[in-house]
Amino acid sequence: MNNIEQNAYSYLRTTKKFPNIWCSGCSIGIVMGALIRAIDRMGLDKNEVALVSGIGCTGRMPVYLDFNTMHTTHGRALAFATGLKLAKPELKVIVIMGDGDALAIGGNHFIHAARRNIDLTAIVLNNEIYGMTGGQYSPTTPLEMRATTAPYGHIEPPFPICELAIAAGATYVARSTVYHAVELDKYIEQAIRKVGFSLVEAVGYCHTTFGRLNKMGSAVEMMRHLKNVSISLSAAEKLTPEERSSKIVRGVLRDIEKPDYSTLYEQVIERAKASVTGKEFLRAGPGGLE
Amino acid sequence: MTVTLMQGNEAVGWGALAAGCRFYAGYPITPSSEVAEMLSRELPKYGGKFIQMEDEISSLAACIGASVGGLKSMTATSGPGFSLMQEHIGYAAMTEVPCVVVSVQRLGPSTGQPTSPSQGDIMQSRWGTHGDHPIIVLYPNSVPKAFDLTVTAFNFSEKYRTPVILLMDEVIAHMRERFEVPAPESLAVVDRISTNVPPEWYKPYGDTIGDIPPMPSFGSGYRYNITGLLHDPMGYPTQRLDEINPLVERLQRKINNHLDDILLYDEEYTEDANTVVISYGITARSARHAVKLARNRRHNIGLMTLFTIWPFPEEAVMRIGRTAKRVIVPEMNLGQLALEVERVVGRHKVVRINRADGEMIAPQTILQAIEGR
Repeated sequence: MNNIEQNAYSYLRTTKKFPNIWCSGCSIGIVMGALIRAIDRMGLDKNEVALVSGIGCTGRMPVYLDFNTMHTTHGRALAFATGLKLAKPELKVIVIMGDGDALAIGGNHFIHAARRNIDLTAIVLNNEIYGMTGGQYSPTTPLEMRATTAPYGHIEPPFPICELAIAAGATYVARSTVYHAVELDKYIEQAIRKVGFSLVEAVGYCHTTFGRLNKMGSAVEMMRHLKNVSISLSAAEKLTPEERSSKIVRGVLRDIEKPDYSTLYEQVIERAKASVTGKEFLRAGPGGLE
Repeated sequence: MTVTLMQGNEAVGWGALAAGCRFYAGYPITPSSEVAEMLSRELPKYGGKFIQMEDEISSLAACIGASVGGLKSMTATSGPGFSLMQEHIGYAAMTEVPCVVVSVQRLGPSTGQPTSPSQGDIMQSRWGTHGDHPIIVLYPNSVPKAFDLTVTAFNFSEKYRTPVILLMDEVIAHMRERFEVPAPESLAVVDRISTNVPPEWYKPYGDTIGDIPPMPSFGSGYRYNITGLLHDPMGYPTQRLDEINPLVERLQRKINNHLDDILLYDEEYTEDANTVVISYGITARSARHAVKLARNRRHNIGLMTLFTIWPFPEEAVMRIGRTAKRVIVPEMNLGQLALEVERVVGRHKVVRINRADGEMIAPQTILQAIEGR
């Protein structure tokens, strides 16, 4: 066992919470491993990391990890995280969501968190289905695929997660797959380091529901499929748009600098304090001006 | 003493600041928007933070997140937004995260009549979110009382680790009244208790020191889990009955064992009254005037004004029911709190006065009921 794997155990809440709820062969554990490795490599103190999630298989991840963890309501993790980040700007707030969580019920919070460029790291594990509830189609289920609520084939086009985040204003956007775990480590680390709204789309799979319904085989075969259909950004640039559309493009799709919400709000506080006239209603005492 | 003219919504904002509120997240909605406008201006002066979220769901979520980060937090809304907030009122109750939710009621159902007063959220404030949950709901009847009860709402919220709802009447929210600025040192402000046990001993949902566990904020060195799922004393999801039952019971007990502190009401001339008017909010102001007129006409009338409507002040109302032959319950809805009064004193004693058309109940209407006309 090498060092990083030994270290990984120190981030787990091993006292009570294992075995976890995920099916054997599930791709979520790989993303959890990538997150741990990224945090370990950065040398972050566990006390300065907050992990916030919503509901679903992916949403269970924080429960297993020894950070400040908050398992919230379906789709709203980014909104909880926004409040937490504003209250405690020194915390590294990481939000872990599934595709249904982040983009269906949480779609509005997703675009607005990106737009206001709040300094959060969002990780969306995209397995293209609602796993926990039994395999219903999600906003990222591809056309023509089967789901328990699309028994005749899916007729809605999927949301491109990264492109949506870029359009909404995210400052860092990257995509990789659970097959490319080392690449995921790297992107998650870069996303955490980024000041501003950052997104990592981790393309995973759900062999239990999506795989079974679409006859895609075991976890290993689905993993192999991810390897075969994904290409790097530089390779993708050589393809025509039609050729590219059937591929999962891996890479850093956006990395720009702009001031984050908390930094700008500090300026609001400065301006507000400069406007104090001394005739304010509450001047002293527990609720008073400093 | 400084005296000023103040609007109800502003009084809520100032009350929040005085109570130590340093975070507000909200979404614009009539007739509550002045609370947001006022706090967007004032909060940053005090080093606090304001954010306008994308909807009411995320507004309360952000408040809960900020509260977990250690800031006293509030949001304000009205009927339609209050409906959307029910999801996170339940989450705050389950996770025991202090927060204050102000609902300036408007005529419903649905979009209803945004600028017309109503007292239609009585039952929603109690049972709007699913499942058995503890809740405290306070209800001011004047602008100064809106200030006081906002401070009290924060105090209860911090002390009992529960969401507290402040129900407002549109009339009070927009009315300007004489307001005596209290000396800051005269205000009792309560903060949640933290802990100093070694982090490995800390149980975020334990009952070691009583029914209300201490709450250190995220980032303070105590790493723990918060979940809306039923959880064990460590905050981890559980399906074990021997962990579920103690949690469900403790959540109820922590409120029900402190009713002496939580139940706020005023009684006037109720001791030997044969008729008592029980009311709340702006309607209690009409009722007070009616009671005064009736007493001038030598009717033996009393008045009970409720400031805490949930938990319902059952014992006090029961006591009134033992002496009074008749209890009149005027409210600007089709009979919501009357259901509770009837349950406690018996239906045969209760006379309801209701209207739900966006107009106030006039003192004359209540006087007519008192005189049996």
